[in-house]
Amino acid sequence: MAMVTITINGKALTVPDNLTVMEAANRHGIAIPNLCRHPQLTPFGGCRLCVVEVKGLPRPIASCTTPVTEGMEVTTMTPRLEEHRRFVLELILSDHPNDCMTCQATGSCQLQELAYTYGVKGERYPGERRIYSKRDGNPFIERDLEKCILCGRCVKICDEVQGVEAIDFGYRGFKAKITTPFEDDLDCEFCGQCVSVCPTGALTGKLWKGKGRYEGVRETETVCPYCGTGCNITVHARNNEIIRISSKPWAWNEGLLCVKGRFGYPFVKSPERLTKPLIRRASGNFEETSWTAALEYVSAWLKKIREERGPDAIGGLSSARCTNEENYLFQKLLRAGVGTNNVDHCARL
Amino acid sequence: MIIRVCMGPAGIAAGGKQVLDAFNAELGRTQVAAKVLENCSSHQVGCLGLCARDVLVEVHRDGTKTVYQYVKPDMVARIVQEHLIGGKVVKDWLVDAAYDSFYRKQVKVVLADCGRIDPESIDAYESVKGYEAARDVLASRTPEEIIEEIKMSGLRGRGGAGFPTGLKWELGRKAKSDVKYIICNADEGDPGAFMDRAVIEGSPHAVIEGMIIGAYAIQAGHGYVYIRAEYPLAVERLRMALDQARSRGYLGKGIFRSKFDFDIKIKLGAGAFVCGEETALIASIEGQRGMPRPKPPFPVNKGLWQKPTVINNVETLANIPHIIRNGCGWYAGFGTERSRGTKVFALTGKIKNPGLIEVPMGITLREIIEEIGGGIESGKPFKAVQTGGPSGGCIPASMMDITMDYEALAKAGSIVGSGGMIVLDADDCMVNVAKYFVQFTQAESCGKCVPCRVGTKRLLETLERITSGKGSPNDIELLEELSGGIKSLSLCGLGQTAPNPVLSTIKYFRDEYDAHIRDRKCPAKVCKGLLTYSIDAAKCKACGSCLKACPSGAVSGEKKKPHKIDPAKCVRCGACFDVCKFGAVERE
Amino acid sequence: MESRLRELIERHRETGGNIISLLQDTQEAFGYIPRDAVMLFSRELGIAASRFYGVATFYAQFRLKPVGRHKVTACCGTACHVRGADRIISGIQRELHLAGEQDTTDDGLITLDKVACLGFCSFAPVVLVDGAVHGKATTDIAIREIKNLRKKI
Ligand SMILES: Cc1cc2nc3c(=O)[nH]c(=O)nc-3n(C[C@H](O)[C@H](O)[C@H](O)COP(=O)(O)O)c2cc1C
Ligand code: SF4
Ligand code: SF4
Ligand code: SF4
Ligand code: FES
Ligand code: FES
Repeated sequence: MAMVTITINGKALTVPDNLTVMEAANRHGIAIPNLCRHPQLTPFGGCRLCVVEVKGLPRPIASCTTPVTEGMEVTTMTPRLEEHRRFVLELILSDHPNDCMTCQATGSCQLQELAYTYGVKGERYPGERRIYSKRDGNPFIERDLEKCILCGRCVKICDEVQGVEAIDFGYRGFKAKITTPFEDDLDCEFCGQCVSVCPTGALTGKLWKGKGRYEGVRETETVCPYCGTGCNITVHARNNEIIRISSKPWAWNEGLLCVKGRFGYPFVKSPERLTKPLIRRASGNFEETSWTAALEYVSAWLKKIREERGPDAIGGLSSARCTNEENYLFQKLLRAGVGTNNVDHCARL
Repeated sequence: MIIRVCMGPAGIAAGGKQVLDAFNAELGRTQVAAKVLENCSSHQVGCLGLCARDVLVEVHRDGTKTVYQYVKPDMVARIVQEHLIGGKVVKDWLVDAAYDSFYRKQVKVVLADCGRIDPESIDAYESVKGYEAARDVLASRTPEEIIEEIKMSGLRGRGGAGFPTGLKWELGRKAKSDVKYIICNADEGDPGAFMDRAVIEGSPHAVIEGMIIGAYAIQAGHGYVYIRAEYPLAVERLRMALDQARSRGYLGKGIFRSKFDFDIKIKLGAGAFVCGEETALIASIEGQRGMPRPKPPFPVNKGLWQKPTVINNVETLANIPHIIRNGCGWYAGFGTERSRGTKVFALTGKIKNPGLIEVPMGITLREIIEEIGGGIESGKPFKAVQTGGPSGGCIPASMMDITMDYEALAKAGSIVGSGGMIVLDADDCMVNVAKYFVQFTQAESCGKCVPCRVGTKRLLETLERITSGKGSPNDIELLEELSGGIKSLSLCGLGQTAPNPVLSTIKYFRDEYDAHIRDRKCPAKVCKGLLTYSIDAAKCKACGSCLKACPSGAVSGEKKKPHKIDPAKCVRCGACFDVCKFGAVERE
Repeated sequence: MESRLRELIERHRETGGNIISLLQDTQEAFGYIPRDAVMLFSRELGIAASRFYGVATFYAQFRLKPVGRHKVTACCGTACHVRGADRIISGIQRELHLAGEQDTTDDGLITLDKVACLGFCSFAPVVLVDGAVHGKATTDIAIREIKNLRKKI
């Protein structure tokens, strides 16, 4: 990979030539405001917040899409650029409900944060606002497209990362909107990757509504219990109740989850959830018992069967919800402990 | 001897068919050996001549051309007798001085064959030296020589931006790849322009020949013509021409018996102005939404399917065979220092002689309006021309002596653009014109970037406010502020140029903005919301048309009694004004 | 319909077409783009339905609803605009009883299509009635032609 030397805000930097100006700046600790850029996705270049000045060019350029070139002299912060960014924010907010008081995304909204930083209220260019009255009836994802800024992140992650292509840009101009085919209710994997990258309150979880945002919310880093993949998750809880699950982009799973991990948490407080081992007695009824008693019961039966019918009368089926280590131990138990090779795994079915 | 009868739409309307038949009959009767041909019948865009004087008849005898105007069938016998047989020109019916000035200032390069040869015949094209340039290039010249020739000719892109064509080809040639493309941009998105359509309908082989030469120069094996579906005849002609060229070995494998392979496909546009923009056009050929993407990378490095791609406009390409045939020096002899050659304009609006004209770059606006265009149709004062369509601006009457070239027009706040030239007179409201264009670009914005998507909407809303009498004194400043931001920050050329019609009308016609805002008046009486309607009792025949037409029940009146408009109920739609046959509805 | 759609899919496969050309062919066959067509294409060709919908709503040419059997096309291009296209269009709308954004008459017979420039600018303003060009049009001419059309229906 070839290296090029550029200067950003007067500082000379030598960077690989396949970077964009924004990536080069970020690598050297220089932040540039942005909204549509997402490091996991190909650049889009629609919000125009990331504009910078390059010596010799007549107009500011978007740093998120412009590749570095040898000798480039970049300035990321001038009064004019700040004016430009304010202009863009004013326009975005002029077509936004601005109902942060009741918005799910308050506190974790990139748009809100930028508006706050620049002191922009969206009152300078009043005008018509997009109104969409139809609510998407899908069970998991609230799509409040009046809040959408058309950054395209959701479309890109659904395509480039999840490979589902459930949504796309529809229409054009001021009427442009993110849509499903024929504007039906969303019908997809409901992985929620789109929700996780939306920089505004346009995409949120239906389960989250009214449960809590920041105040009094405790976040706990843990591992998703659903499968052996072991995605890192962050459990948001308030008053000892799980109100949301998210995942940090810097986790090994890069913030990506599946529908179960992201939205399948209500089981935790389900009245039908098993919290103690049960043994089915001869009567057919389940009877609560302790773990020690349950395990002893199982091992006694295994021993009995092996003695009476031989080890190959026993087979073991393990679960995708177990980790590799647990699966290893399980086959060890069957092969070395029970003495049979009858062992398999549900993910193979 | 050859007789050419104008059979363009205007010619036909004036009785061209009858005149043509009369000539055929008369020649048969008198046994005079002469050929009767049709002019302009081959394309639908209208006259390339002076259709106001139709039926025009050209007589070619002894190497001279004589033109008669307003010919009627009963005049044919005398023309045949005196001129064809007797050799004496019929002086009474000759075209007048206006005809002369219409042609004297024009130089036809691209349009030379349009309307004069049969566009559906490759033989007809070859009979006017067609494909000679391509044959010569393939046989004996290197790509570098071609590029040098085009560079020296000074040809600049006719699609709007005016980028030097030779330079573009050089970049295309230098791009390293086994697969390269050349695309002919025939999207002609400017609403009110039809140059490219006329060229394709009138001489499709010229465009194909230009593409062949361009493809060879950059060493591209594949070509596309991206053409709007609204031009069915042009598409048909092009298809036909491609088939003919293929059957003669001018397209396909080893064209012109060389080792070079090249073929062309047609892609139909689906109705989006932004697809004239290069990256959007590429997305559209690939079958996607036509949303532009940032440049760099430029199409010459990463274009269609990520391969080096050169995009040229129809008119640009149609110039190429002429330049190769006649040499770069010949072409550079037309025009100005930095804007060489000729340019086709679609002269429309309030002009006496509307139609396509081709003039050397650097001609003055005055020459175009007064001499070629014949002045304003209505006789009212000339107010401005709008050039460059939605990306361009207006040039006011006071600047009539401006030269039509890239630099001068840019300095005046407009652009040459693709060649639309709309003439406006005292009856046109400049604020309305600005609003018209912003409404167009707003509707055509792809919606990708914020400044264009939301900014042009706000621009339009402000103009709507002003034209409906709700403008506020700060609105001009607001327009300028929005325009500035949209121009600097938009992603593609559509947004970057969308404010031009607003800025240039503010620059030259600020008084009209002021009249709308301050006095709540539209001086040209165009903006409906600023007019009040009343009925002149003396003229009203009580026919009841206005009463029926009024959507808000503001008109009242009984049979045989003059009708009345209730200003409180009137919604100022102007329906009554439009329907009244007696001119009794007045607007103020 | 199914068999015509299958034909279109075959042609698409043979010619290596793309979403736009497939939708253009579909519209030519049916006058509009039926939902079932998109769903079938998506299944058969493995292209997400969202892509078809995105393209179909982007380009002005595509229609997702059936059109009237007859078409009146009014040019809104610049040359026509400065020569009074607006007034003709509102006249046509009145004649066809079209309200607001409505473009097809209630009986579904006539569709009014507004387009930007047909390339007949020298004869502005221009109205097309079922493809026949009427240059230097006036509201009266347009209404007369529509009345003639109605008589034929
Ligand atoms: C919004 C927009 C619309 C355009 N429309 C057209 C068009 O209709 N025809 C055209 O030839 N060029 C059009 N252009 C210019 C083309 O992008 C491109 O510059 C041109 O086709 C290059 O050819 P040339 O160098 O021969 O002019 C348009 C540009 C923009 C930004
Ligand atoms: S939930 Fe997942 S599959 Fe569904 S739209 Fe979002 S990213 Fe695509
Ligand atoms: S829904 Fe969110 S992620 Fe998707 S485009 Fe809108 S703002 Fe961006
Ligand atoms: S300037 Fe307008 S047309 Fe161009 S990318 Fe932006 S929104 Fe699309
Ligand atoms: S972050 Fe660069 S344009 Fe949005
Ligand atoms: S503007 Fe109407 S035909 Fe061109």
